[in-house]
Amino acid sequence: MSNTDGRFGIHGGQYVPEIMMNAINELEKAYNFYKNDPQFNRELTELLDEYAGRPSRLYYAEKLTKALGGAKIYLKREDLNHTGSHKINNVLGQALLAKKMGKKRLIAETGAGQHGVASATAAALMDMECVVFMGEEDTKRQALNVYRMELLGAKVIPVTSGTATLKDAVSEAMREWASRIYDTHYCLGSVMGPHPFPTIVRDFQAVISREIKYQILEKEGRLPDAVLACVGGGSNAIGSFYHFIGDKSVRLIGCEAAGRGIDTFETAATVNTGKVGIFHGMKSYFCQDEYGQIAPVYSISAGLDYPGVGPEHADLYDQGRAEYVPVTDDEAVNAFEFLSRTEGIIPAIESSHAVAHAIKLAPTMDKDKIIVITVSGRGDKDCAAIARYRGVDIYE
Amino acid sequence: MSKINKAFAEGKSVIPFITCGDPDLDTTGKIIREAAKNGAGFIVLGIPFSDPTAEGPVIQEANLRALAGGATTDRIFDFLKELRKDVSVPLVFMTYANVVFSYGAEKFISLCAETGISGIIVPDLPFEEKEEFLPVCEKYDVDLISQIASTSAQRIPMIAEEAKGFLLADAGNCYEALEGMLSEAAKHTDIPRVAAADTESIEEMVKISKFADGIIVRKMAIRYIEQYGKKAPEHIGAIVRMLNKEI
Repeated sequence: MSNTDGRFGIHGGQYVPEIMMNAINELEKAYNFYKNDPQFNRELTELLDEYAGRPSRLYYAEKLTKALGGAKIYLKREDLNHTGSHKINNVLGQALLAKKMGKKRLIAETGAGQHGVASATAAALMDMECVVFMGEEDTKRQALNVYRMELLGAKVIPVTSGTATLKDAVSEAMREWASRIYDTHYCLGSVMGPHPFPTIVRDFQAVISREIKYQILEKEGRLPDAVLACVGGGSNAIGSFYHFIGDKSVRLIGCEAAGRGIDTFETAATVNTGKVGIFHGMKSYFCQDEYGQIAPVYSISAGLDYPGVGPEHADLYDQGRAEYVPVTDDEAVNAFEFLSRTEGIIPAIESSHAVAHAIKLAPTMDKDKIIVITVSGRGDKDCAAIARYRGVDIYE
Repeated sequence: MSKINKAFAEGKSVIPFITCGDPDLDTTGKIIREAAKNGAGFIVLGIPFSDPTAEGPVIQEANLRALAGGATTDRIFDFLKELRKDVSVPLVFMTYANVVFSYGAEKFISLCAETGISGIIVPDLPFEEKEEFLPVCEKYDVDLISQIASTSAQRIPMIAEEAKGFLLADAGNCYEALEGMLSEAAKHTDIPRVAAADTESIEEMVKISKFADGIIVRKMAIRYIEQYGKKAPEHIGAIVRMLNKEI
């Protein structure tokens, strides 16, 4: 996907206040230099391999495959990365880039807390100051992650504006960046926001599909028939899809958080229920009302609870290259429990959305077909919330 | 000469900024009348947006109050059609790109022309993205207002040279930056330069007016609405009168 103008089809762009333009231009220039700099790439690869534990495993889930009785299922184990999710891939890249740019301070937004924890981790490692904006609602849902970030030396600022969730955390981080661009890098956690963020984050997450490709060729001697990943902003999904976009035989399936269902207002399934709009620096699909007011969204998963989707996904959808399916809270929770019992792997509630769709899809496919599910994160953080969902009164 | 230019013909302009429908459209109408009566050059009307990412807490709250009060784009245009029967003060809109985009740029901007809206300020539409609405704005002769910020630096010439109507220099919370921004802009454009900053001090506003052709009274006006609600119009009128004397 070439997108020097920051566009993916009609989507993307740089719809930000003038006060941010010099910062994103500076970032674009620096990124265009460092992405081809051998020294930068050596350092990043070393961080990813030695510190984050890459490459992550592509694991043949034999018991899950047999239980579903259809396509052969592989799990891309991003949950095994340091800090417990794919977020570290992007964060190490951006923190290293920020360091090279002479920035001393990292700020980040976080929903479930995974990106916040990853940012706090990278900041600790690279001796940078770190401030994480987190919706007040989410600080309650994910109290343990707040403690984790603070333990790592970050300051967590609860955001009370708007719906006090991920979108408001993004807005606050943007405001903060606009007021302190001289020493601060905004380490955006997903493939969203103004150009160059969707491209930078995509490139840093593309390591997922690069690895899946050679791992599956090694194990099976052929490409998979489908790659499944959950989609909020869409960073683990675009990372999982990217190197397969040109391989038309591979179905790319993004699993959106439908909350209580796409026919209710309590949903975060942006592609399925939203329409094209302009928000948070990009043109893309957004959940919004008839006057363009951004809709409050809902999902059991704090990490998918966002009213927009990355512009490259919006374009892959427009082109018909990728499919975006809704998965409800209930289906995700069932999948969370099912994978835990069949494989002894507790997936993040976000990743459980992708597992849930595989549970529907695999039995409809022949046994010689192959599905890869990206398990974007581990589910330890979600256990208390899922227990409560099931009526067990547990608090962290 | 466009209506906006006329606002600067008789000296420096005092320009109140309020959010339509905060706390209700009836009060908005009264504020516009009071401000006009007391010599406001023109008035900037915000159309509320759920997530005004460029604003601080005070204006965010104004947006939410207006939305909670039921202000929608349709109701605001209906309100303006009524208002225009006897109010001729120039008006400019300030709203976010998605409000215009989702309504349909063609429909939105043609209604602007119809209801006497001389220009639109879209804070999340920088120079690089202005083509999104510029062709339609030109078609209906509604100025798409260009903005510079405290961080614009070497971008000022490019932005100022293509600015139409007036150039908005918005310094946010660092009003000290305005002098530099405005003197640089003055080298690159002849159109009026308007200063905005998040100050509530009359003294600071008078100070920044020295470098500009007009000043936006934003945070102070919104604070008055927050504090006095339906009784805000007379207070805002008084501020406009006082600033008009001072600058």
